[in-house]
Amino acid sequence: MLLIPCPWCGPRDEAEFHYGGQAHVAYPENPAALSDEEWARYLFFRDNPEGRFAERWNHTAGCRRWFNAVRNTATNEIEAREVIA
Amino acid sequence: MTSRRMAGWQGEPVRFRFDGRDYEGVRGDTLASALLANGVRTVAASPALGRPRGIYAAWTEEPNALVRYGVEPMAQATTLDLTEGLDATSLRGRGRLSEEPDTSRYDAVHAHCDVLVVGAGPAGLAAAAAAAGTGARVIIADDRPVAGGSLPDTAETVGGVPGDEWAATTLAELGGRPDVRVLSRTSVFGYYDDNYLVAVERRGADAYSRERVWRIRARQVVLATGAHERPIAFAGNDRPGVMLAGSARAYANRHGVLPGARAVVFTTNDSAYAAARDLAAAGVEIAAIVDTRDTAGHAQDGTEVLTGHVVTAVGGDEGVSSVTVSGAGHVDREIEADLLLVSGGWNPLVHLFSQAGGELRHDDATGSFVPGPVRQAVEVAGAARGVFTLAGCLEDGAAAGARAAEAAGFRMGDAFRIPETPAEEPAEPAAHLWLVEAADYATHFVDLQRDVTVADVMKATGAGLRSVEHVKRYTTAGTAHDQGKLSGVLTSAVVGHALGLPLADLGTTTFRAPYVPVGFSTLAGRDRGALHDPVRTTSLHEWHVAYGAPFENVGQWKRPWYYPRAGEDMEAAVLRECHAVRTSVGAMDASTLGKIDVQGPDAAEFLDRLYTNMMSTLKVGAIRYGVMCRPDGMVFDDGTVIRLADDRFLVTTTTGNAAAVLDWMEEWLQTEWPHLRVYCTSVTEHWATVALAGPGSRDVLAGLAPGLAVDAASFPFMTWRDTEVAGLAARVCRISFSGELAYEINVNAWDGLALWEAVMGTGTVTPYGTETMHVLRAEKGYPIVGQDTDGTVTPADLGMDWVVSKKKPDFIGKRSFARADTSRPDRKHLVGLLPADPGRLLPEGAHLVETGTLPEPPVPTLGHVTSSYRSAVLGSTFALALVSGGRDRMGEELYVPLGDELVPVTVTSHILYDPEGARRDG
Ligand SMILES: [Zn+2]
Repeated sequence: MLLIPCPWCGPRDEAEFHYGGQAHVAYPENPAALSDEEWARYLFFRDNPEGRFAERWNHTAGCRRWFNAVRNTATNEIEAREVIA
Repeated sequence: MTSRRMAGWQGEPVRFRFDGRDYEGVRGDTLASALLANGVRTVAASPALGRPRGIYAAWTEEPNALVRYGVEPMAQATTLDLTEGLDATSLRGRGRLSEEPDTSRYDAVHAHCDVLVVGAGPAGLAAAAAAAGTGARVIIADDRPVAGGSLPDTAETVGGVPGDEWAATTLAELGGRPDVRVLSRTSVFGYYDDNYLVAVERRGADAYSRERVWRIRARQVVLATGAHERPIAFAGNDRPGVMLAGSARAYANRHGVLPGARAVVFTTNDSAYAAARDLAAAGVEIAAIVDTRDTAGHAQDGTEVLTGHVVTAVGGDEGVSSVTVSGAGHVDREIEADLLLVSGGWNPLVHLFSQAGGELRHDDATGSFVPGPVRQAVEVAGAARGVFTLAGCLEDGAAAGARAAEAAGFRMGDAFRIPETPAEEPAEPAAHLWLVEAADYATHFVDLQRDVTVADVMKATGAGLRSVEHVKRYTTAGTAHDQGKLSGVLTSAVVGHALGLPLADLGTTTFRAPYVPVGFSTLAGRDRGALHDPVRTTSLHEWHVAYGAPFENVGQWKRPWYYPRAGEDMEAAVLRECHAVRTSVGAMDASTLGKIDVQGPDAAEFLDRLYTNMMSTLKVGAIRYGVMCRPDGMVFDDGTVIRLADDRFLVTTTTGNAAAVLDWMEEWLQTEWPHLRVYCTSVTEHWATVALAGPGSRDVLAGLAPGLAVDAASFPFMTWRDTEVAGLAARVCRISFSGELAYEINVNAWDGLALWEAVMGTGTVTPYGTETMHVLRAEKGYPIVGQDTDGTVTPADLGMDWVVSKKKPDFIGKRSFARADTSRPDRKHLVGLLPADPGRLLPEGAHLVETGTLPEPPVPTLGHVTSSYRSAVLGSTFALALVSGGRDRMGEELYVPLGDELVPVTVTSHILYDPEGARRDG
């Protein structure tokens, strides 16, 4: 059970959060301008590194805010987090 | 039967039954010690081979003595408190659940502390005392009923008093401190991320809750979990009467029980000599000490020590009667004995440390694995890290406790004074012998509970397995209660022997929670039955109950399914309800539909991005049906949107998807479109909604709402009006999910029952449930998201191209409709199916094939049935199905394989009733 530092509520049990996958995968500016391959990359391709990974979390059972955090997938240590403005 | 209790041992008598026979033990006994005291040697038959088995150990590492009692299917006799009237039976073969329901209460506790100490032996007590002295909040958890760890087993003295007394006093002092919590009979069984540990506290049948699960978040952890004595694999090492030497010492010192009359001790190290001394003092005759080393330990005067010897055979089928020993250059000797005590050295108990993510390191001195580096905030102290002297454990524990408290931010405090202990003899180095070599390994057991032998392990390595993880799964060694306690390192060593690899290179299998078995009922706690999940009911619920409606679970909601009249079964009731709606008027409780209030200056823009169709052009006072997709173009939810004001909408969702849709809206607003000024609020439970449907619904509404102009011109389809219905403030929406003229009347949830009773009070309205609603909507080909769709279905697949805007530059999912995949001609389309036999009801989920005889497998399947009902108005059964290229198959005959039968069906449009939509205006 990870202890996840919500930027708004402080450290809380993992069970209060919803995982949101890789961070910084922005919705494309103009999807119509993308090739099928580029669009498929947005839809289906995500990184799966061993080590530092920027990912999204939502404090669903708390403040319900989304935020980003950098977690080391090998150790589960959360090294940094950022508010989504 | 002879008593094997030491003369003069005091104790309050306790009567108990075992396998139908009556016995007497004393308070403080475990079932195992009481059985040994009564001379019971054989307590089990091994599960695979049916070999007789005796008590082998004295605590949680016991592999043989499993019993059933009460609701417990597989308890270890060695950890089971002897209580008056205990009635236990030995487990012969596999465990099986009690037929009786478990009526005990189980609870959960969440706790936080600065330092959690696991284990109340010398190291754990010293750690807790040192940490508590700094003012840190300390929890000390110990799985035994009495404190002291191994001290009551070894009868050593601490601070000039017997060790168990010192431990009890120290623990009582700790318990008296305001910031210390003592958890006895509490096994910490799991160590998870960020110092989250889970323990089970066994409080007993008389306590308010029989067991409690503790979920503890600790700043720092000290593991003082001790060590397990190692078995040795030799021929016949499973006979009743073979016992770990330290366990026999524990029975003598802790319980005053002699596990045999005449013992041979087989050892690789000095600890068994101390056991032999204590047992001899208690009255056991020590026939010989068989030491694998060339140098003897410190034996008592007069005890024969056979150095350089091993045990090569055990005589006696039902239990040890003799022990054969061999040594190089010596003639084999058969020694008469009824007890064979074994010590292969000690394995630090590293289970929790390993679960914490700690790396294990092979240690030459102990011949085992000890804690290495770890990233979590944890200290290991005492025997758990290979410190095997009493003085060493006290010092090590105190230092670990102080370091943990300091790391948690506590500095100054009362220093813990390490108590005096008697001088200990310097130990001779231990030998590391795992296996007595032989020509045949069929009775060299490595896991007694699983009946796994050295021969089985060699069969695994002979089959090419190299990893100890694979060998574990091939042989099952180290599974069940054992979890590597006795068999883990032994199995690795035997694999190493077979492959000629050093133990250090092989390592151990991964240690996983739970360290000891934990009941599902304990883990469930109060979260069972009605408390397992919230149950949501509408404000009309009591009426549905009173009218005998069975309920359907939709998410957490209880929805009335149908309203049977006397003598009606479900089929008859649903056909009657359907007929009433199609020909007259019916009413349904639609309160469970999800409702989200969306407001703000950018609300219209927001909904345009979310729905596939245009919402910003909706006029105030009007209603539009909409579909939401995921970015991949697949349908996610559908419902209606009503415009309340320029900057305010009310969105409805499917009943089961309301929370997911709100999450979805918030996610896009927060992560992609934070500049949009939109606020979403769930208002599902603010409203009670009654759907009034059927050609007679206009007259019923007119009667209840005299102030409302209900004619089709004044109140057109897909508009809403605020008015009074039955004297209640109401919002009436003219929408239909049945194809009939219909209204949804929304009132404050508090007024829901009054509205419903007013509707029913007209005497002309038939209440209908969700089943009728499903039939009516399916006759019209309206899909239910999640039933007729499964996350692989686009609006076009549903025949709903019309709901996808061609004008909007973008919306979620739009780009995916231009992917090659979403326009494949063989995509599965929603179609209707009419069975050739109009009485034949197809099961939902049934597959469809193209031909009337099955070809050789694999048989290509064209799709499956998603909804299937009997229709009153069609006079036939019918189904909806997702079928590959379905829209190009109109009129084709397909087949549904059911058992040995191929049921013919005809493909039709998914809209089976009133395709021209003539009925919606009444
Ligand atoms: Zn929060």
